[in-house]
Amino acid sequence: MSEKPVDLSCQQLVELVDEYLAQSLTLEARQAFDVHLETCPPCSTYLEQMKTVLTLAGALGKARAPGDVEPQLLALFEQWRERSTS
Amino acid sequence: MAFTSLVRAYQPAFLRLAYTWVRDATAASEVVQQSWLSALESLSTFQAKSSLRTWLFGIVINTARSHVRARKRLVPLSVLLAEEAIDGPTVDPERFFSEGEWLGHWSDWPTPFPSPEDALETERLRALLERAIDDLPPLQRQVMVLFDVEGLSGEETCNILGISSTHQRVLLHRARAKARAWIEQRLSESERP
Repeated sequence: MSEKPVDLSCQQLVELVDEYLAQSLTLEARQAFDVHLETCPPCSTYLEQMKTVLTLAGALGKARAPGDVEPQLLALFEQWRERSTS
Repeated sequence: MAFTSLVRAYQPAFLRLAYTWVRDATAASEVVQQSWLSALESLSTFQAKSSLRTWLFGIVINTARSHVRARKRLVPLSVLLAEEAIDGPTVDPERFFSEGEWLGHWSDWPTPFPSPEDALETERLRALLERAIDDLPPLQRQVMVLFDVEGLSGEETCNILGISSTHQRVLLHRARAKARAWIEQRLSESERP
């Protein structure tokens, strides 16, 4: 026997977005989420915005090091190595 | 040299992490240098039970905390948790109808972000996100940087910050919602005539 899908309001849905993206919602909650999204443009926009935030955040982590710091650090390591081996 | 690749791999993340605590580029650079030295000196105590990355991130955060503590500006973790890991809505309730047939549905719809396929727009959004993260409360910022930016697992994030998984989830949820709202707000301001 199937149960009636849970009705979600937009205000409830936005609080479930993280769990939805992490795929940690229960099957029932996920179905309710998907049903809501199908008919709700602003919630779809909200979800897309959140996906963009996460994609960009991941890209920030892959940004390159500022070029001038590396030589300084390597010099520091050389000093440390000389100290520790002398 | 192994150091070169290690430094190249971790330096940007270290600087970002340190900065999230000390909020000053020069101080962050000092913290990172000190962290590398600490790492070298305690390399023999590194145990393979955590990943090298997690271990190194832990050293950076401890060094940064000490740096802040030395300046008597360290707020205890319990206080930060009480302030930041709170229940309650993450989207301004005024954006939704508070009564009637449409109760709980958007009254003020979110405006779509510019398409991420456009390189210029992506660069603009990326810069906005950096500022949005920078503007978060300290613990929410830390969790978002470790989890979303550096790609650590929830468990690693909890271990490094010394928080529970429940707190981690709440902090991350609030941080993301706030970052999204911050960007939305700036975009709408810039598009106003």
